Amino acid sequence: MIKVEGITKRYARFTAVDNVSFEVAKGQIVGFLGPNGAGKTTTMRILTCFQPPSEGRASVAGFDVMEQPMEVKKRIGYLPETPPLYPDMEVGEYLEFVGKLKGLRGNDLAKRITEVSGKINIGDVRTKLIAKLSKGYKQRVGLAQALIHNPDVLILDEPTSGLDPQQILETRELIKGLAGDHTIILSTHILPEVEFTCERVVIISKGKLVATDTVDNLTHRMRGSENVGVEVEAREGTLDVSAVQRKLEQVAGVSKVILREDKNNRANFEVESLQGRSIRADLARAVVEGGFALTELKAAGMSLEDVFLQLTSTDKVDEAKVEEEIEKGEAA
Amino acid sequence: MSNILAIAQKELKSYFVSPIAYALLAIYALISGWFSLIAIANFIEMSMQGQGPADLNGYVIAPVVSNAGVLSLFLIPMITMRLFAEEKRSGTIELLITSPVTDMEIILGKWLGAMGMYACILGVKLFCLSFTFMFGNPDWRPLATAYLGMFLQGGALLAIGMFISNTTRNQIVAGATTFGMCLLFWTFDWATTFKADGWAKVLAYLSLTAHFNSFARGVIDTKDTVFFLSVIALGIFLTARSLESLRWRA
Ligand SMILES: Nc1ncnc2c1ncn2[C@@H]1O[C@H](COP(=O)(O)OP(=O)(O)OP(=O)(O)O)[C@@H](O)[C@H]1O
Ligand SMILES: [Mg+2]
Repeated sequence: MIKVEGITKRYARFTAVDNVSFEVAKGQIVGFLGPNGAGKTTTMRILTCFQPPSEGRASVAGFDVMEQPMEVKKRIGYLPETPPLYPDMEVGEYLEFVGKLKGLRGNDLAKRITEVSGKINIGDVRTKLIAKLSKGYKQRVGLAQALIHNPDVLILDEPTSGLDPQQILETRELIKGLAGDHTIILSTHILPEVEFTCERVVIISKGKLVATDTVDNLTHRMRGSENVGVEVEAREGTLDVSAVQRKLEQVAGVSKVILREDKNNRANFEVESLQGRSIRADLARAVVEGGFALTELKAAGMSLEDVFLQLTSTDKVDEAKVEEEIEKGEAA
Repeated sequence: MSNILAIAQKELKSYFVSPIAYALLAIYALISGWFSLIAIANFIEMSMQGQGPADLNGYVIAPVVSNAGVLSLFLIPMITMRLFAEEKRSGTIELLITSPVTDMEIILGKWLGAMGMYACILGVKLFCLSFTFMFGNPDWRPLATAYLGMFLQGGALLAIGMFISNTTRNQIVAGATTFGMCLLFWTFDWATTFKADGWAKVLAYLSLTAHFNSFARGVIDTKDTVFFLSVIALGIFLTARSLESLRWRA
C-alpha cells in the first residue's frame, strides 16, 4: 500500500532524511519511531505530497507522490504534528470545510460529519469555537479531520500527544479498530503505544533507517539469549549466597550469573542463558533441590524501550548490526 | 470550480468572524461619507451660484469615485495580509496542500474571497452615493464604469498583495510590504512630471491610477482593461510559483 524507496530530503546543507526505504502492506498499522529530529515528520510530509523528496521515490496505493499527487491526496488522511485548525471556526463548520476540500458534498458530507463526530467523541462540541477548545479536544478535531473522507491510508503524526490517559487509551483503541480497512502509519515517542497498537515498527535515527520489523521479532532478535531474574530466600537461618550462586551456575545452559542484590537474607540474581536455551524450569528445580526457597522467577527480557535506546544511540547501532550479522551467520 | 467556491466562502467568512471586516467597513464608511459630504456641499454651492442644478455626475460622483481609487490603496493590504501568511504561521497550509485540490484552486479561491471582501467595502460606497440619486437624476452609466474600474484596480492589487502574503509567515510584514507596493504603483506616474520620455514613460505606464482615471471619467478603455487583467494574471502566476517553491524549501 505504501512504498518508500530510498528517499532522501536535504535542506540546504543539512540532510534530514537519508536514503530511507520501507513498505507497508494493506491494512497494517506501522509505528514510526525515532528520537526528536530523526526525520519522522519530514518523511510523513513527503508521503502526503506536502513536499517532494530530494531523491528517491515513494508511492501510496500504487500512485507516485511526485507524478500523481492528486490520486495520492484523495486516498490519504493526514494529521500533521500541529493539528491544522482554524481557531475562528466552529467545529462543525470546520469539518464541513475540510469535507468539501476532500471532495465530499451534500448528504454524504453531513453523514460523514455525524459518523466521525460520534467515533471521535466530539459531538458535544460541534457548535463550539475551535479557539475555545482544550488541547486534547483540538487534537481530536484534528483526528476527525483526517478521517472525514474515510481514506484508505492514514498518516498520523503523534496522534496521542496532548491527550489525557483515558483519551490516549481510547484513541489507541480507535486507531487499532481502524486497521484492516485502513492502512496506518503513526509516529510516536511513546513505546508502549507501539507495542499496543502496531504490528510493525520502523525505527529511524538522524535521518537513517535503523530497523524495520514486527514488534515481536524486534524484541526477540535483540534479546538473543534469555535473561531470567531469580530471587532466593533461606528456608531457615542465614542464606549462603555463594552456595546459591554455585548451584545456579551448575545448571545446564547457563552462561552467566550476576548477583544483583543481597539483603535481609534474600538474594537477587540475574541469570543469562546461552543462545536459544530455555533454562527457567531447570533453575527452579536447582534452587529447590539446594534447599533454598524460590520467591521469584521472571523473564527479564528486553523491552521495546531497551531495543529503541540501543538502536538509536549511535555507538550502539553498530553493535546491533554486528549482532545481526552474527545471527545471520548462525542461521546460515 | 466548487473547490474554489468552498475556499472563497471560507475566506470571506473568516473576515467577518474577526474584527477586520467591521473595522475596514467602518473606516471606509466614515471616510467615504466625509468625501461625499464635501462633494455634495461643493455641488450645492455650485448650484446656488449658477442657474439651475449643476451636473451631479461631474461634481459629486466623479470626485468621490476618483478618491475611492486612492482610498482602496490603503485598504488592500489589510485585506490581503492574512491570506497566506496566516495559514503558513498556523500550519493550516498543510491541510490545504495535502487535500485533493490544485494549487490554482487554492489561489483562485483565496483571491475570490478577498474580492468578495473588497466588494462589500465598495458596497458601502455605493450606499453613500445612492443618496445622490435622491437629489437629482444623475447618469448611472459613468458610475457603473467607475465601479468596473475599481474592481479591476482592486483585483490587480489584491493579486499582488496575495503574492506578497505568500512570501512570508508574518502578517504584519506582508501588510507593510503590500502597502509600500500599492503606494509605489500609485505614484509611478509622478515620474512624468519631471521627465516625459524613456524610463519615466515605462514607470508611468505601470501606474495604477493613470489606468484607473479613464474609468473614473466614465470611459471603458480596452488598453486599461487589458493592463489590469494582466496584472491580475501576473499576481496569480507569481503566487502559484511561490507556493510551489514553498514546497521545495519547507
Ligand atoms: N524547513 C526546514 N529547514 C531546515 N531544516 C529542517 C526543516 N524542517 C525540518 N528540518 C530539520 O530536519 C530534521 C528532521 O526534522 P523532523 O521534523 O522530520 O523530525 P521528527 O522526527 O519529526 O522530530 P520530532 O520527534 O521532534 O517531531 C530536524 O533536524 C529539523 O531541524
Ligand atoms: Mg515530528
